[in-house]
Amino acid sequence: MIERLRKIALWIDDRVYISKLFAATAGHTVPRTSGSWFYVFGSATLLCFMIQIVTGICLALVYVPSASEAYSSLEYLNYQQQFGWFLRAMHNWGSDFMVAIMLLHLIQVFLFGAFKYPREMTWISGVVLLLCTLGMAFTGQVLRFDQDAYWGLGIGAAMAGRVPLMGPAIVHMMLGGPIIAGETLSRFFTLHVFVIPGTIIAIVSLHLRLVLSKGINDYPVPGKLVEKETYLEEYEAELKRDGVPFFPKAISKDLVFCGLVLLGIVFCAAYFGPKGPSGIANPTHINTAPKPDFFFLWLYAVLSLMPDYLETVLILTVPFIVIGILFAIPFISNTGEKSPRRRPLAVLGVLFLLIAIGTFNYLGTFAPWSPKMEAWASASMPDNFLKGRSPLERQGALVFHSKQCINCHSIGGAGGLRGPSLDRVAARLTADQLVRQVIQGSGNMPAYGKNLKPSEVAAVVAFMRTLHSPSESPARDSAQPAQPAAEKTQAKALAQAERTPQ
Amino acid sequence: MAERTLEITTVEKVKTAKGMSPSRRSFLLKLGFFLNGIAAVSVSVPVLGYLLSSFRTTGPFKSWIALGQLESFPENQTRLAKFRNPYTHTWDGPTAEIPCWVRRVEGDKFQIFAINCTHLGCPVRWFQESHLFMCPCHGGAFYEDGSHASGPPPRGLYEYDYKVEDGQLWVYGGQLPTLNQPA
Repeated sequence: MIERLRKIALWIDDRVYISKLFAATAGHTVPRTSGSWFYVFGSATLLCFMIQIVTGICLALVYVPSASEAYSSLEYLNYQQQFGWFLRAMHNWGSDFMVAIMLLHLIQVFLFGAFKYPREMTWISGVVLLLCTLGMAFTGQVLRFDQDAYWGLGIGAAMAGRVPLMGPAIVHMMLGGPIIAGETLSRFFTLHVFVIPGTIIAIVSLHLRLVLSKGINDYPVPGKLVEKETYLEEYEAELKRDGVPFFPKAISKDLVFCGLVLLGIVFCAAYFGPKGPSGIANPTHINTAPKPDFFFLWLYAVLSLMPDYLETVLILTVPFIVIGILFAIPFISNTGEKSPRRRPLAVLGVLFLLIAIGTFNYLGTFAPWSPKMEAWASASMPDNFLKGRSPLERQGALVFHSKQCINCHSIGGAGGLRGPSLDRVAARLTADQLVRQVIQGSGNMPAYGKNLKPSEVAAVVAFMRTLHSPSESPARDSAQPAQPAAEKTQAKALAQAERTPQ
Repeated sequence: MAERTLEITTVEKVKTAKGMSPSRRSFLLKLGFFLNGIAAVSVSVPVLGYLLSSFRTTGPFKSWIALGQLESFPENQTRLAKFRNPYTHTWDGPTAEIPCWVRRVEGDKFQIFAINCTHLGCPVRWFQESHLFMCPCHGGAFYEDGSHASGPPPRGLYEYDYKVEDGQLWVYGGQLPTLNQPA
């Protein structure tokens, strides 16, 4: 019986070359040094992609890519389909893990100089995979056809619409019609399910083929330079001297890390559950503050913080410059040092980018540039900002709320962060300056001249004048005599008057 | 390598023996390329035409849509109105419901603003109390008449054309407004 099975196995192997395929792929020789914890991110990214394929196919069995039905099919997945919520959560967390681990992979191969001769194409195909993965993240967010998806598309259209001359045509092409509607969802579905995954599968094949044919990067040693004349020979020699088969010698750490990643995705999916869908994608529900998914928050922050006059130029050029630089890296530095210990600029560059993107993402989570649209009706004002105020000053506090000043300015921590906090505004601005600022506005503040009655301006300014810490005196016009001195004189006069018998 | 050449020579001999001259073979090769070229064109023209058809921005996309009786828009007030997009599919669902802000200045004088902020297209909200439109995304603000008040937007709100006819207010809409193609 065993003998018969063995014969069948040998026959199959003889016809389809499984063992040869194995020897040429999983069994190929790699430098022993590549069996390092730093080398586990590539295979983990691939694992995430496989999870996305499996969960994605499952979700596509139920999901309806139609603007009128998508939302209810997602609700069905969440609440009625057996394990639907879990597969949606796996798909969502799988994408987060995939982007994160891919970035780690990118940073690792950059710092280890893996893009240098002769692995330029490995790097370039990797950059294409990075762009495809970000494309998957964005198109996937659109398929969760909720308010964020709808207005996210609107933001995309508004950006594309800035292209000179071609703008309207590009927007039309992107939306598949004059507005964001059914055809828009269909084309993003096509991109997410057919076009981009197909491209990823093709490019991953190329990427892996290149890893096999050009060899995995040997662990960088400071002082060991890459030179075109000698590198290939040295690499061959190292393989002969200290090479091990990838399976089973170098793969163990990949396996451990992949297992941890998979468990991590399962845990996050089970614990945090699926994301959304938030409100239905109905543009007439305008009380919404759209926000992108985590991985695009930094972009959201950058778009709000860059100077207005540069915006169109930056939106239309920077993405291409960044992508261009990514593609050019292997040609900018093709040979020489690989070790991060001898490439301070590379290390600093990575640190700089990480800190910048991290900061922008952090800012994006609470978006200080967005007014708090409901603050005027819901935020409360701490007592100590109202205690002991005159009726006029309290009237001013009311104006501050009812005219939505509080949507952008905070007092005592309540209110928006768009404009400066006004806790101590009296110490900064004189009464005249406050009147001018309220009436004329400036910079990011609208002019309220037309929208406030003179009595309201007087009230709100009177209230503002009370906002300073007890140790500070309110700002005064230096051209005028000091107010406290005047008060003293007044008090003296009053005291004198009292003493003087009538 | 040598073996391969040998093989080819043998094949050639066989073919020559069968009467296929070299010029005939090259003719067949050319014919093959030619036929496949024609086939490629006849396949790619409809495919590309299909794909690129949505590059076309002119079309029967915009038209006049009634927004409601004049009485439903009091003077000196700004109200949210909505219309069903004139160019629509049955599967568009709620996405074809397009909102807009209608300001009746006085009498037959109106302003109809698109909901989309001119910065990045987020939905602006009208605040009756401070007479401002505010955008929830990046904090753009616009005055009552749609002009730019503050923040990143590069221009005032997009305005739709309108007309008053048969006691109704009509809006000329149907297209998502963007910077280079305002409503």
